[in-house]
Amino acid sequence: MIKLKTAFASLAVAGTLAAVSTPTLARDTINIVGSSTVYPFATVVAEHFGRDTDFPTPKLESTGSGGGLKLFCAGIGTQHPDITNASRRMKASEFELCQTNGVEEIVEVQIGSDGIVLASSQEAENLNVSLQQLFLALAKEVPNPNGSEELVANPYNNWSDIDASLPNTAIRVMGPPPTSGTRDAFNELALEGGCKTFSWIKAIKDEDKNAYKAICHSVREDGAFVEAGENDNLIVQKLTADHSAYGIFGYSFLEENSGTLQAATVAGFEPTMDNISAGDYPLARSLWFYVKKAHVGVVPGIAEYVAEFASEGAWGDNGYLADVGLIPLDRADRMAAAERAAALETMTGDEL
Amino acid sequence: MTNSTSQAEIVRQSLKRRYRKERRFRAYGITAIALAITALVVLFSDIISKGHTGFLKTTVTLEVTFDPEIMYLEDATDPAQIRNADYLAPLMAALKREFPEVSGRSGERALKGLLNSYSSSEVKDLVVANPAVMGTTQTLTFVASDDVDVFVKHRDDSSYSLKLTEEQQAWTLALMERGVIDTSFNDVFFTHGDSRDPGHAGVLGAIVGSLLTMAVTLLLSFPIGVAAAIYLEEFAPQNRLTDFIEVNINNLAAVPSIIFGLLGLAIFINLFGMPRSVPVVGGLVLMLMTLPTIIISSRAAIKSVPPSIREAAEGIGASKMQVVLHHVLPLAMPGMLTGSIIGMAQALGETAPLLLIGMVAFIVDVPDGFFSSATVLPVQIFLWAGSPELGFIERASAAIMVLLTFLISMNALAIWLRKRLERRW
Repeated sequence: MIKLKTAFASLAVAGTLAAVSTPTLARDTINIVGSSTVYPFATVVAEHFGRDTDFPTPKLESTGSGGGLKLFCAGIGTQHPDITNASRRMKASEFELCQTNGVEEIVEVQIGSDGIVLASSQEAENLNVSLQQLFLALAKEVPNPNGSEELVANPYNNWSDIDASLPNTAIRVMGPPPTSGTRDAFNELALEGGCKTFSWIKAIKDEDKNAYKAICHSVREDGAFVEAGENDNLIVQKLTADHSAYGIFGYSFLEENSGTLQAATVAGFEPTMDNISAGDYPLARSLWFYVKKAHVGVVPGIAEYVAEFASEGAWGDNGYLADVGLIPLDRADRMAAAERAAALETMTGDEL
Repeated sequence: MTNSTSQAEIVRQSLKRRYRKERRFRAYGITAIALAITALVVLFSDIISKGHTGFLKTTVTLEVTFDPEIMYLEDATDPAQIRNADYLAPLMAALKREFPEVSGRSGERALKGLLNSYSSSEVKDLVVANPAVMGTTQTLTFVASDDVDVFVKHRDDSSYSLKLTEEQQAWTLALMERGVIDTSFNDVFFTHGDSRDPGHAGVLGAIVGSLLTMAVTLLLSFPIGVAAAIYLEEFAPQNRLTDFIEVNINNLAAVPSIIFGLLGLAIFINLFGMPRSVPVVGGLVLMLMTLPTIIISSRAAIKSVPPSIREAAEGIGASKMQVVLHHVLPLAMPGMLTGSIIGMAQALGETAPLLLIGMVAFIVDVPDGFFSSATVLPVQIFLWAGSPELGFIERASAAIMVLLTFLISMNALAIWLRKRLERRW
């Protein structure tokens, strides 16, 4: 029994040793976390950076914008990430969190925009909708069609029920689930955008913000809107097989499948690079990344990575990011952003 | 008498019905197996039909003249010149020799679309490694661009969206005829880590990551699992406490794997401060997950050793310790190994717990140790399945085939071990 005891004791010791003997290691690889929307762009930059410099290729985790900022703001030290990507601007509350955890100097870089498209197979009849029509088609409760100021369960079955100019086919839209950033953006830009065109609903916002949000952000659950999973490829595949359905996903997937898919015109604008870049296409959001200045010089290559991202060859009009579907900023904005990034200008918190 | 005949009569009459019942029961069984096999065949044929082209790569072979003039590179050892040189120029020159009629900026841009965007950095690497190459002409083979790759392999498949323009398609067909564009075995797929360019993406990084993770899992879970099983089966007193432990080991085996990921995140990363995305943490988490499987199968293996062996050993004066180590353990080992291999195969295919400890990441460099960032095979498949580039559809399926090969060979090894080493009593 004594031998057995020593055997167990040594096993336990071995186990704890394996667990404890790992101090925070000095790191030579840049760690990046954040938005899954920025991920396809940031990975391309990371790979070019790894190929063209002597630094190791940065490691990228796709954690979502909120998850990434939470990890980023957890503190200073190599166990925390150096850079986080976001498909929206940092919130004031997140900036506060960063400050309380000692992440005081943050460099903010806007990299461009991404559009959300409503696409269908080229065999299908293309849509030309306004934001209000999109809201009427997809919201759970809509204003009573008779014009009175009350909400009724969504009565529309066909697009043509909403407006005679729309195709006479059943409303069936596939989109991402609520956990997705694309869905958040779609709710905010498309549904809320259409929702607040009803002035009496907009008036609710001042009285009861939560009630207003519940009206404008609730998607119908009667089968007209299908949650098709986080994987945008799946939606693309379903659209090519099913010619009566429409799908919601990021612009880069439309670009990659431009031979088989077509995109709906929303509020009078087609989702083209020019329209999104100019801010005319309504379903567009800006993309950002945030750098922890305290890590510059500690983890090698951060400043060089930022410089690679902010180079014309990467995010310019003819850069390699445009090839994968990033919509570049205006040249003047781009130049100013690149300058701020190169100087590692930190945020004050007032800009948010 | 009358009573017995009538009974025989009853039996005879019901006989037909009983046979029918039996036939029906068999038919149900056969249907069930047929359904299972059909599902398997559909799954495999879908994966193989989608994935087999992933094992082919499309290449462009060009006569590249390293002309210092067009490359702006007089001295290939001067770092400043190396930085500013044009490495695309010799490739474009070689392509333009194939199509002398192409001219103008837009024509050149279209021609450039046939080349992979990393080809110029490959030229640079070659020049930096071997400056003597300047001024010579070499026959070099490059991976073609994703669009060309998709066109060459899937031009007849309507589910693929071709991005090449008609002009580019005609060029590609002409180059295929001349043998400049060709397909060959995709060695890149087995010698490279992840990449955002499908032509340069490979599973080596994921395979090495899986092996490192599995090594940690095996080294920790096998000794601990076997020791726990031996103690519980041979030494532990039968009381409420051991009953409680046994129930909880069985419970642990049924806990969803994502819970182990949460545990790993809370303990190994947040409490012990271990880095994210490393094989050690992945291995520890999967160790927690496989431990119950190994303990349960090891206990079953120990139980199957007949008591006569123990009694004989004790009869000739062996101590309890000697009985276990010299007799029971060697005889139970095949069963323990089988259980462990099946547990490891399960761990190899696991993705959910690794999501939480950061092993779902874009990692290009092949991991070189237990503390370098890594992903594993199933995670690589997950990442590729979500990528917009069309070339990743077939590569995800090809990676599934690689993963299945590993799983099938592990399970085959388990069966072989059982057949080979198992003793019947």
